[in-house]
Amino acid sequence: MNQYPWWKNLLIGLVLLLGTVYALPNLYGDEPAVAVSGLSGTHVDTRTLARVQSLLQTHGLPYLRAGLTAKGLLVYFRRAGEQLRARDLLAQTLGEHYNAALALASAEPAWLKAVGAKPMYLGLDLRGGVHFLLEVDMKAALDKAMAEDVDALRRTLRHHRIRYRDVSLRQQRMIRMSFRNVADMDAAERLIAKQFPELLVSSTGATRLHAVLSPAAADAKRRYALEQNLTALRRRVNELGVAAPIIQREGSNRIVVELPGVEDIARAKEILGRTATLEIHMVDSHDSLSQALAGNVPPGTRIYYSRHDQPILLYRHVVYSGDDIINASAGLDPQNNEPVVNITLNGRGAAINARVTRHNVGQRMAVVYVEIRSHLRRNSAGVPLRGPDGHRLRITQKIERVITAPVIREPLAGSFQISGIGSIRQARNLALLLRAGALAAPISIIAERTVGPSLGAANIARGFDATLIGFAAIAIFIAVYYRIFGLIAAIALAFNVVLLVAVLSILQATLTLPGIAGIALTVGMAIDANVLIFERIREELRNRNTPQSAIATGFTKALGTIIDSNMTTLIAGMALFWLGSGSVRGFAVTLCLGILTSLFSAVLVTRALVNLYYGRRRRLAQVAI
Amino acid sequence: MEFFRIQRDLPFMRYARTTVFVSAILFVAALAALVTQGLNLNVDFTGGTVIDVSFAKPTSPSTIRGLLAVNHYRHARVQNYGTARKVLIRLPTAGKNSKVVADRVVRLLDQKFPGTALRSVEYVGPEVGRELADQGALALLFVALGITAYLTLRFEWRFAVGAIVATIHDVIIVLGVFAAFHISFSLTVLAAVLAVLGYSVNDTVVVFDRIRDNFRRMRAGTPSDVIDSAITRTLSRTIMTHILTQLMVLSMLFFGGPVLFGFALALTVGIVVGTYGSVLVASPIVLWLGLKREDLLPRAKAPGADRP
Repeated sequence: MNQYPWWKNLLIGLVLLLGTVYALPNLYGDEPAVAVSGLSGTHVDTRTLARVQSLLQTHGLPYLRAGLTAKGLLVYFRRAGEQLRARDLLAQTLGEHYNAALALASAEPAWLKAVGAKPMYLGLDLRGGVHFLLEVDMKAALDKAMAEDVDALRRTLRHHRIRYRDVSLRQQRMIRMSFRNVADMDAAERLIAKQFPELLVSSTGATRLHAVLSPAAADAKRRYALEQNLTALRRRVNELGVAAPIIQREGSNRIVVELPGVEDIARAKEILGRTATLEIHMVDSHDSLSQALAGNVPPGTRIYYSRHDQPILLYRHVVYSGDDIINASAGLDPQNNEPVVNITLNGRGAAINARVTRHNVGQRMAVVYVEIRSHLRRNSAGVPLRGPDGHRLRITQKIERVITAPVIREPLAGSFQISGIGSIRQARNLALLLRAGALAAPISIIAERTVGPSLGAANIARGFDATLIGFAAIAIFIAVYYRIFGLIAAIALAFNVVLLVAVLSILQATLTLPGIAGIALTVGMAIDANVLIFERIREELRNRNTPQSAIATGFTKALGTIIDSNMTTLIAGMALFWLGSGSVRGFAVTLCLGILTSLFSAVLVTRALVNLYYGRRRRLAQVAI
Repeated sequence: MEFFRIQRDLPFMRYARTTVFVSAILFVAALAALVTQGLNLNVDFTGGTVIDVSFAKPTSPSTIRGLLAVNHYRHARVQNYGTARKVLIRLPTAGKNSKVVADRVVRLLDQKFPGTALRSVEYVGPEVGRELADQGALALLFVALGITAYLTLRFEWRFAVGAIVATIHDVIIVLGVFAAFHISFSLTVLAAVLAVLGYSVNDTVVVFDRIRDNFRRMRAGTPSDVIDSAITRTLSRTIMTHILTQLMVLSMLFFGGPVLFGFALALTVGIVVGTYGSVLVASPIVLWLGLKREDLLPRAKAPGADRP
């Protein structure tokens, strides 16, 4: 007799039911939406909602529904085109205190949401958008960290009244310190060992010390630079208003950024890649600019240039920098309609600003835009050059430009306005960059992929069609060849696809075109288990076994073979996952999970169905196989 | 319905020399194609820029090539695909900044041919490509090692050798087809090649499993008879699985569109060669390596018998 105990049938049924429920959200697709949120302390409320609704109505943009959720204000649309127009409209008209971003909300019914069933996340090749692979310039990050260490060392030595001749950064990231006498050097060495555990100090002469970063500290600095860049990029992407972006680290110095649905790629690149900050300097009005231009630059000052290449003499000392900025927003000056950026400072910045401006009324203060750009150095064939240590060489450019240098008319405090920026677009970008914070180290784009939305839709349709046609062909073929058993196998195969989709949805895996191919291939290979079982059953029948015992031995004997053969494919899949990246990884995940679900469906589900159909009959003369 | 109602065991091993010879010729031809032609690696591995655009009106590649040449993009490769309105433009890695170049090309085309729609841009820096190629080779190596280890553990070293030789044979032939016909070899195709590797071993293991089983059950008969019987008994399954998997893969080949073409082609070739290899290459090798019944009996009775 071939019967599963009731609990086993129940368990299989339960798994299939759960699988169906969790696979279901994928049928509904996404609903395009626009999310409106408040910036810097502004909240969205029913008044905002009313305003948004009336704005959409006056501009003739039909929307499905709008409401306040925990995440902010959400407006749903029927089509992606309306969603884009609404986003642009709201971004422009709501003003600087609101952020309008694209969002995708699943169109699944409420009961599915309630059980936490979510659709798979579509990859860029299916949805359309941009993919960037960014590399963080770790050399620059370490150089910057060392430069900060030099400053800190000088300060600490002065603070402890240890007299030094020179503390400076040499090549190969080494700090050289020289002292007047041995006693000072010994004191400094003890102090550094206590206060700068990340530095390895060695004495290289009677009164000279060398310090380098310890490997562990260098690692920590690199990790910190990567983390800080990730955070800054995340904030920048948020400012871009992209639905469901991906920002994740890859390896030790790379970051993947995926922006689905982004059309303005140039702006995305500009915003992501910039390393910009502001520095405030005082203008030196006592010394003559023409003298300085002639080569006689007074100590402690430097010549800077404005946007229009006008020279200006500034003190080197940075009064305060972009690190002290907590908010920045673009706007228009109501008096002359010129673009301005409104800046709010933190406590430290505000205190410095108040002190400096109080003592310098009538003097000029310059706002300097500082940007570090870094790209790989390549030879004429485009191959990146490498240094003697094997690292890729980079060209790092520091761009410094005086935006404006107004006269201080009255003491300022925590907030002020920068004018003289140029266009409103530039003002917006500047505000965004200041708001999102500077990158700890320059980054460069080393790979980029753009997929148009129409191509994405075509890819989905093709992948889906190919799978469906292949599935139908297999189902018909197997049902003809193995009759009732074949039909059962086809049903089990359908459940296999449902289960696989359910597992991928629960894991919130990213579905890519190779992933769809992986599902299709799994279907092709999953049927192998059934073929193995059925051929065994036929063999047992040929050996004049009774149908019931042929079924039982067929299933048991085939199991070992099925497991052995699937294990080897699993090994291949895991190697793919381990070494692959991006879409290949997606393929590997579907392949590995597909092997597991196919084991379940081909062995357990088929057996349960066969049992239900034939198992009860005591005198089974023949089976349709 | 049943295609294979074979009463007597087919003498596969008698023709083993011939079948392996056929394979060897194919293998050498594929290797020759690989060495002389090399793989037509796509932008994933070489680095560079691929721009996929569609025009409002049919536009000939030579016009575009001319326009690009005038604007200092002399090394651009332009080709139609699908329809006369869709064009792929390939640019080698440009001196300074490939991304800027791509943007410029698109702007150039849009000025000259209004209604140009950018379908996709792919830019891969040469350093990324090199790494991918290395990782791909590494993945192949690790899969081969992992499978050998598993088979040695579960079966016997001769089986592992047979399976690996047959699998390498399959992979090289698939790669050879891509080299011989200059079909673009992308990252996705590499994934397919690795899947072929998995499929091929899967197929081989099923036959091996039966060989092992037969050796334990059949008291009479030479090793060659035992292997013949195993292949005959599994032939029906081998061919059925082959047909069913092929149905799916062919559906991808014909209906999956250009993105899946290379992937499906690698699988199509791989499944044919893999099926042949697992039956007619792997098994003879196991036989020639001198597999005997004693090698497969439980180890307590024959200590050290499975050592070379």
